[in-house]
Amino acid sequence: MCQRSDIPLSVKIKKINKETPFVMSFVFDYPHRALPGQFVNVWIPGIDEKPISVAFDDGKSYTIAVAAVGEMTKELAKKKVGDFIGIRGPYGTNYGSKSSQFIAMVAGGYGVAPLYFAAVQAIKAGCRVDFHHGARTKNYLLFADRVKKLKNTRYLPATDDGSLGHEGNCVNLMIETMNAGAKYDLIMTCGPEPMMKAVSDVAWKKKIDAQVSVERYMKCGLGICGNCCVDDLGIRTCQEGPIMPLSQIRKIKEFGLYHRNSVGKKHSF
Amino acid sequence: MAVNLSVNFCGVKFKNPLVLASGILGITASSWRNVVKNGAGGVTTKSIWLTEHKGHRNPVIIANEHYMLNAVGLPDAGVEKAREEIGKYLSWKASPLIVSIVAGKVADFGEIAENIAGLKPDIIEVNISCPNVEGEFGKPFACVAADAAQVTREVKKRLDKAGVKIPISVKLSPNVENIVTIAKAVVDAGADALTVMNSMGPGMAINLEMRAPVLANKVGGLTGPALKPIAINFIHDIYKALPGTPIIGTGGVMTGEDAIEMMMAGATLVGVGTGVYYRGIEIFKKITDEMQSWCKANKISNLVSLIGAVQRHSE
Repeated sequence: MCQRSDIPLSVKIKKINKETPFVMSFVFDYPHRALPGQFVNVWIPGIDEKPISVAFDDGKSYTIAVAAVGEMTKELAKKKVGDFIGIRGPYGTNYGSKSSQFIAMVAGGYGVAPLYFAAVQAIKAGCRVDFHHGARTKNYLLFADRVKKLKNTRYLPATDDGSLGHEGNCVNLMIETMNAGAKYDLIMTCGPEPMMKAVSDVAWKKKIDAQVSVERYMKCGLGICGNCCVDDLGIRTCQEGPIMPLSQIRKIKEFGLYHRNSVGKKHSF
Repeated sequence: MAVNLSVNFCGVKFKNPLVLASGILGITASSWRNVVKNGAGGVTTKSIWLTEHKGHRNPVIIANEHYMLNAVGLPDAGVEKAREEIGKYLSWKASPLIVSIVAGKVADFGEIAENIAGLKPDIIEVNISCPNVEGEFGKPFACVAADAAQVTREVKKRLDKAGVKIPISVKLSPNVENIVTIAKAVVDAGADALTVMNSMGPGMAINLEMRAPVLANKVGGLTGPALKPIAINFIHDIYKALPGTPIIGTGGVMTGEDAIEMMMAGATLVGVGTGVYYRGIEIFKKITDEMQSWCKANKISNLVSLIGAVQRHSE
């Protein structure tokens, strides 16, 4: 009927990098063939399993970047090279570009992880990228060094405290870049939902296509449990998302307004 | 000419016999409607508790080509949230709504049933057979005839007292010595219909390298294609013992021919749940198309004529 396995595989941690004072990345030597924007479910026995965005995948090994903020990620941060963790996936939809497009990336906070991966793919396809990267302060600008090294890419940081680049948020920075003459074919965004809502509003007004990463409370990742369905379309973020086109985002009434917790109760952003 | 796939279940008309089984997708009005848009004749909600009930931690569902193992643990925000979602769905006038209810105590079953009945769903399904909350509540009510009957009586009593005429279907467990005895006890206690069956097991899967059960709850209910022959057998026996009682047949249905097989065994409605994993959310449309094709090839103009058809040959 369908040759697949959605049971976690145990994979050994090959390498651990400290990316910023708050973020670590884990490298696994296992071919996953994940596309930018897709996620894997990361499992630590006795603790929890959580969806985590794939930060990089070159077809031979792949990387996830994690901030130790919850119970699972704190436990993951204690792991050492050679330890096993459970992984299944990759799941969900991905970012994608046509060849030779001019793309604006708008990354807020940890949202930079999948967008760096998307930028690498887009540049391979002959695209040019303006990478707007926002964070509280310069120490929080995850993957900044990697993004700066990309070909055909302008790195445009924005920090709330002005410690690096534009002082203020990266959405306003994108608007400024546009006002200065940049004509984008496509916008890709990942970050806090209110930020992505602002980006999608700009894209809609300026009639630029956009791809948005929707985050909802996920359990199974298989399109079965229903916890990540969005109003009023009723589509599943883990299957029909997380990366959704602007046309779909405009139809999701709850986008930018509320999301649901693990029992399905609404919470405002 | 299109084959007439519509069925009447306890006085409720369904445009086709496929219903979303409880526990799959059914948390919000939007997701119920999305299932209907994908071809289902009706939907069953995830089980609703009186008050908020946390489910289990992840992993809650694992699956491969042979089976699915789940222990989501019946998470739900309680009757207040249900009120909003049910109201919204009914205002859309989509296909019929079966609301599944669950409780840990007999009296709470009555309380939640009365609350839900006030919202006027088409049918109430009484979930007395979830194998994934044993740690909290002990063996499911569906495992002992007297317990199963007691819950049914309580629900009926509360609905009668409130003057509500909503049919109830009691969901049975396959993990029992004699399912027919339990089916009879439940029907004697006033059940209008039966849902046959819940998941099997529980079962366990172990990760070798980490020497750990994969599901956070350690064990979970087994579903998937292999359940179908078990469900067919139970439906066949129950239909034979209780010919007047309508059945929602659930367990391992993947194709149109599976659904027809279940109807021939005695089911009027056919639940589809795990099939969404194997054939996508479009499975409802795929199955109804396949039922159409089979009926046309076999010169059946009205699907209803096949309900219990196997009985007539096996007398």
